[in-house]
Amino acid sequence: MRALDLKLMRDLRRLWAQALAIAMVLACGVMVILMSSGLSAALDETKRAYYERNRFADVFVTARRVPESLMREVAAIPGIAASEARISGNAILDIPGRPEAAIGQIISLPLVGEPRLNLPLMRAGDWPANGSLDQVVINEPFAEANGFVIGDGFYANLNGRKRWLTITGTVLSPEFIYTIGPGALMPDAEAFGVLWMSRPSVAASFDMQGAVNNIALTLARGANEQHVLDRLDDLLEPYGGLGAHGRDLQISHAFVQTEIDQLENIAYVLPPVFLGITVFLVNMVIGRIVALERSEIGLLKALGYTNWDVSLHYLLLAGLIAIIGIILGWISGAWMARQMGEIYAEFYDFPFLIHRMPISSYLVSALAAFGAATLGAANSAVIAARLAPAVAMAPPLPPRFRRGLLNRALEALRLSQPTMMILRDIIRWPGRAALSVLGLGLATSVLVVANFFDDAFDAMIDTGFYQSNRQDVILALSEEAPLAALEEIRRLPGVLQAEAQQFHPVTLRHGALTKRVSIEARMPDADLSRVVSDDGTVVVVPPGGLALSHRLAQQLDLRPGDTVQAEFMTGTRETLSFPVIATVDQVFGLGAYTDLEALDAALRRAPRLSVANVTLDAGETEAFHAAIKDTPALAAAVFMSDNRRAFIETIDENQNIMIGVYGILGILIALGVAYNAARVQLSERARELASLRILGFSRSEVSYVLIGQVLLLAIAAQPLGWWIGAAIARLMTNQFSSDLYVVPLVLQPATYAVASLTVLIVTAVSLLPVWRRLIQLDLVAVMKTRE
Amino acid sequence: MPSPVFRTENLSKIYRSGEKNEVRALDGVDLTVFESEMTVLLGPSGSGKSTLLNILGGLDQATSGTVWFRDTDLTALQDRALTRYRRDHVGFVFQFYNLVPSLTARENVQLVTDVAPNPMRPAEALELVGLGHRINHFPAALSGGEQQRVAIARAIAKRPDVLLCDEPTGALDSKTGVQVLEALNTINDRFGTATVIITHNADIRRMAHRVIRFQDGHIAKVEVNDHRIAPHEIVW
Ligand SMILES: Nc1ncnc2c1ncn2[C@@H]1O[C@H](COP(=O)(O)OP(=O)(O)O)[C@@H](O)[C@H]1O
Ligand SMILES: [Mg+2]
Repeated sequence: MRALDLKLMRDLRRLWAQALAIAMVLACGVMVILMSSGLSAALDETKRAYYERNRFADVFVTARRVPESLMREVAAIPGIAASEARISGNAILDIPGRPEAAIGQIISLPLVGEPRLNLPLMRAGDWPANGSLDQVVINEPFAEANGFVIGDGFYANLNGRKRWLTITGTVLSPEFIYTIGPGALMPDAEAFGVLWMSRPSVAASFDMQGAVNNIALTLARGANEQHVLDRLDDLLEPYGGLGAHGRDLQISHAFVQTEIDQLENIAYVLPPVFLGITVFLVNMVIGRIVALERSEIGLLKALGYTNWDVSLHYLLLAGLIAIIGIILGWISGAWMARQMGEIYAEFYDFPFLIHRMPISSYLVSALAAFGAATLGAANSAVIAARLAPAVAMAPPLPPRFRRGLLNRALEALRLSQPTMMILRDIIRWPGRAALSVLGLGLATSVLVVANFFDDAFDAMIDTGFYQSNRQDVILALSEEAPLAALEEIRRLPGVLQAEAQQFHPVTLRHGALTKRVSIEARMPDADLSRVVSDDGTVVVVPPGGLALSHRLAQQLDLRPGDTVQAEFMTGTRETLSFPVIATVDQVFGLGAYTDLEALDAALRRAPRLSVANVTLDAGETEAFHAAIKDTPALAAAVFMSDNRRAFIETIDENQNIMIGVYGILGILIALGVAYNAARVQLSERARELASLRILGFSRSEVSYVLIGQVLLLAIAAQPLGWWIGAAIARLMTNQFSSDLYVVPLVLQPATYAVASLTVLIVTAVSLLPVWRRLIQLDLVAVMKTRE
Repeated sequence: MPSPVFRTENLSKIYRSGEKNEVRALDGVDLTVFESEMTVLLGPSGSGKSTLLNILGGLDQATSGTVWFRDTDLTALQDRALTRYRRDHVGFVFQFYNLVPSLTARENVQLVTDVAPNPMRPAEALELVGLGHRINHFPAALSGGEQQRVAIARAIAKRPDVLLCDEPTGALDSKTGVQVLEALNTINDRFGTATVIITHNADIRRMAHRVIRFQDGHIAKVEVNDHRIAPHEIVW
């Protein structure tokens, strides 16, 4: 090995702690690239294979009642490859041993053979016997969560009759990879199940003899989806078609796809942060080494090494650190992708998982890591190349301090000499001071982001649940009913309050922009389900107007005062126009809100409800559950406490991981930056500081020069850190927000305070080893080193 | 009469710091250094000796005037060619040894043999300076005299045409200083390497073929020694 390479290896060994710290930050970046791209590739590939093997449909449409004879016309629409007509509906389930009611979505099986599309994958047991009326196949997670085995059963509230259903098999379905019940925010396998039953049995349950209400289609290769959707809508309009849609609006697919997209996004958002910090740390460490090795650089040049040889030497040091980071990152990234894949396979109901790590992820992550390390070392490499050999071997000249305006101003302040030394040094090396400030500011910003999640999710939960949705239960009626039905609901045991609400699937149209959403109609005095804007005020929508969530308004390019067309897909399928009266920040979904009585007046009918929001007496919940299990007019019940619990649990878990990762990262940065800043100071000013000691300054005064300077920079870095932190937080809220929920930008003063306090403490701690070196300075030895 | 290895004509070096501050480190130096000779540069501190040596060795560039190394005009060379010149022809010895602390004696020498066109083995160079038994020691484990001899071994390992030494004994006591001078003398004798030694010590001049006295950036006097003494006869 060449002697210069030996030096390289020994330098690396000597610097192992700093090198490892940098390599670990870099490894985090590499890991996230690998993990997110590997995971999204695995999910994408798994999804693709699953969809293909189990013939997941391309187009879906639900209607009120479609005569079976119409299916021939549907199948004849050009561009359709295969179709499957089904009957589907919801029912309240009564599971033995479970006090709370559960919800089942029932789907009919074809009269003969397996479904052509959306083929459930048999996991255990078998299909119901041909023509059986009380046999079901259920989705596997529902079975597992409730401890069902083949042969077990439960009651279902079907067509006004409580029927005992016996489980003959368990399945997984490509339609229910993400299995979420009506009105729920998170999957709850125990409370929501999918039930497949024979066609005659389902037809009887929902009064659908000779008719279907749910059609799935696959498209022929090259078919135009929009064309097919339009034709379907035309065809189904007389039969209460609720609007055909592609996979993008199929709930399970939308969630899985959002997840895949988000994972891909993470690969772009997070790694640059890690890589940027790597650039910074490498810059500091290599910069310090080059400063300390001036005379070695001069020597190498005197010996006949070229400028490039010398630069390369320092670039290679950074390269070796990168290699360590890449190896650590590859190993942990591949491992994490696998582990997370298993977790995802659990959370999403995939029957199998195809692990896939694109070679390009390895290449891209390694290139990015090398790029960051090289960029970080570039400045020092250039400095090393530029050093003239004769100058390099002479001791550095004392820096020229100019008596500029700033200095005169300082002098006028009559500060103590050590304070003057601090301030002069900062003025003399503004670039270096700025870099330290930037580095410590980044540390603060990362910690701001760590705490921001906490605040943001707290706010989501607060406005999403405790302000906007304060009901204990949402009861969905099988049919819309006159307001008088509320009286019956109030008579259910335990019910304290009951309020009416309607949901109408509509297409909102503003110019060329359209969006399919649900209009929520409430009474003006609604107390349980309310529209609360982000500043906490309750928005009451005046009769005839429409309030929109911010996100929806943006997507439709609507502002208060504009008019929007709403094409109703239910009832008489009218088109009404509404003035937009307000836009409100909403946490969940793309809300559109209007006044219930005014809407019904516009639809020329008496006020009705399709949903009742209910609060319960805590002591009587069991009686309430028992009662609704026997109430035939109910299609579903959403228990908000379960919803809250599931949501908070999921969020908490993610949040702790986030806080942990960002917290450690922020601390690492502060540590690296502060330690290196002080270390560079000490090596450059050892002589000056030793002279001070010899002149009679005390240890603490001399320590103050060094420690004080870094601490001053750390304090100066805080406002910058807050600002960057807020900017990153804003970026993240945009990245993580989707049509499903919006992450609000909430930054509490405490978040800033905690971040700053952490950085200042870490800075102080990382100064300790440098300070110890300083007070142990051998005064004589320092002064005796060469002139 | 040996042929010249270095020749300078009206060589000047001016250091500028700021608008008005000007230091004339070299002020019109005309000098000749001959092949195979040992030349001593003598003069008070700040008289420009190091500056001259650095320019001769291609470490620094003159402000005006010309320097010939044999038939090459060094002042006409660009950075890349100067690097080549240093690599192929010049051996340096510095007052403070300038060893790389993380490399052993052998590896410090190897630093040169890795890039020189026709080097000797590092161990051979170390034996020449009497350090054959300490080749695997790190600088921190060597005495000052030993470190300086490693530096000499490093300078001669490439079989340089000229050996430039800037106060090689400046940081050493007399006993170790003599060992270092012995080593330089041996090299000069055995290989006929033109050697230039800067020193404060007037006694050292007596082992040289030629003594050049420096004063305020120019040559005050050149003497030729008829009788050279052996290094061990030097005292200080
Ligand atoms: N890099 C430099 N910048 C400014 N002045 C310098 C520099 N190097 C040397 N000098 C000045 O040039 C003069 C000659 O220095 P030098 O050649 O080192 O003298 P010597 O080696 O004889 O002691 C001195 O006055 C010194 O201060
Ligand atoms: Mg000198």
